[in-house]
Amino acid sequence: MTPYEKLKTVRRSDRPTARDYLDLLFEDRVDLCGDRRFGDDTAITAGIGTLDGVPVTYLATEKGRDLQERMRNQFGCPKPEGYRKAIRLMRQSEKFGRPVVCLVDTLGAYCGAEAEERGQGEAIAESILTLSGLKTPTLSLVIGEGGSGGALALCTTDRVYMLENACYSVISPEGCASILWKDSSRVSDAADALHITAQDMLQFGVAEQIFDEDFKHFPAMCKTIRRQMADDLKLLSTFSLEQLLENRYNRFRKFGIFEEGGVMHGTAL
Amino acid sequence: MQLPFFSKKSSEKPREDLICKQCKATVPAKDAVKNRFICPSCGAYLTMTPQDRLHLVADKDSFTAFRDELKSVNFLHFPGYSEKLEKAVTATGEPDAVVCGTAAIDGTPCALFLMDTRFIMASMGSVVGERITRTFEYATAHRLPVVGFAASGGARMQEGIVSLMQMAKVSAAVQRHAAQRLLYISVLTNPTTGGVTASFAMQGDLILAEPGATVGFAGRRVVEQTTKTALPEGFQSAEFVRDHGFIDKIVPRDALRDTLATLLRLHAPRNGGIA
Ligand SMILES: [Zn+2]
Repeated sequence: MTPYEKLKTVRRSDRPTARDYLDLLFEDRVDLCGDRRFGDDTAITAGIGTLDGVPVTYLATEKGRDLQERMRNQFGCPKPEGYRKAIRLMRQSEKFGRPVVCLVDTLGAYCGAEAEERGQGEAIAESILTLSGLKTPTLSLVIGEGGSGGALALCTTDRVYMLENACYSVISPEGCASILWKDSSRVSDAADALHITAQDMLQFGVAEQIFDEDFKHFPAMCKTIRRQMADDLKLLSTFSLEQLLENRYNRFRKFGIFEEGGVMHGTAL
Repeated sequence: MQLPFFSKKSSEKPREDLICKQCKATVPAKDAVKNRFICPSCGAYLTMTPQDRLHLVADKDSFTAFRDELKSVNFLHFPGYSEKLEKAVTATGEPDAVVCGTAAIDGTPCALFLMDTRFIMASMGSVVGERITRTFEYATAHRLPVVGFAASGGARMQEGIVSLMQMAKVSAAVQRHAAQRLLYISVLTNPTTGGVTASFAMQGDLILAEPGATVGFAGRRVVEQTTKTALPEGFQSAEFVRDHGFIDKIVPRDALRDTLATLLRLHAPRNGGIA
């Protein structure tokens, strides 16, 4: 599949949505609502549950399973209050020493007048900042689209996993084609140029691991994911807090491909 | 951590005349400086280069640029990016869209970063991200406040996912600076949008803005096209964003240096204070 074909695949409405994964990854789930500031954005499903017996906080962008849900959830594009709910629960997870697990499937943060009025940029900035220094292990899994800053807000984590066809991009190929080339028919070219596939992410060090998709055996697929998450959380919990935060800092500190005094930093394609 | 060394900008190029975008008047460089980059004919704010900005706010000859030899690379072989870079380097004489260093503002030392919209709309790629990250790291190591002048069209899409990761990289450095109880003043200038708004521009302890500057996440036209509604005049203006609670203070250009000086002084380390 070409990168754009992969993106179209993960956008299909018959793919499992975040909640289907939550059902199989976690037990004793209690969904929680609200940012305690303005409202509740159902585009982010969040709560507490156990992963292999260990209590964790989960934060998931949810596209919705039918048209009514999809409309209510802005097709999985979170509003500022969604990110602020996530931030509230991140801080709570730190208080109670619970790891955070994020599931991401979003075209990007919701784009609309009221989102701008309520500080969409500030909400994402605060989410990234909070995850950067959060004193508890953090994981994220991109199950479909990882759209720009709206996805990064939940992906500034100790480990990032992706499904085999999942994509992660600084801008949607549609947006890129229209801004750079003023030509919406060149979406596929833009998807190629941007390098958005899970395999690209592995190469750039943006993701650590890719999981095979096998929706015919969805429970088994989720079991594999759950086992990896549990193993990684076990490993991360052996680190001292200082080491955990140092490793997370270095994980993001390394990003950047440039020349310095004629010497390349990072690997060009 | 690097950057223990500084270099003085040895010779400054003579300034070019400025053209007011609002009334199209030609403003001689000398008048622009004297008038603090406000158009003498119509009062509009002229686009400022980082050097202009330093003239406006920093103590004379106090600025020392961080010495580095960073250079952007078209590592994705993105169509047209190499040419864009070359053009921007020629037009600005700078290797990328941000200038960083240390200076004093009315005697208070600080680290500064100043973004330059003449360079591919001050979009953030690897070099911009790296320079701003190093600025925060330097300020953390030397216990300095950071004053940042944000301006950006957003992430530099020609660098793909690596440009998105700059948001995370800089934010992590801001977080470490903040954890040491150090002050970060973010000054939003026209325009501050996209991934820069969704990261360090909005992470200041204090967020100032210039009058009339565009400040937002999604671009105005994108919002209009997506929601199929016309937006009111002044939507995403600095005043609009302040009224919605996201900016501390709008500061006119002729008051910017004094306001920064006062805020820096108010955060000076105190004897007997909390360590
Ligand atoms: Zn004018």
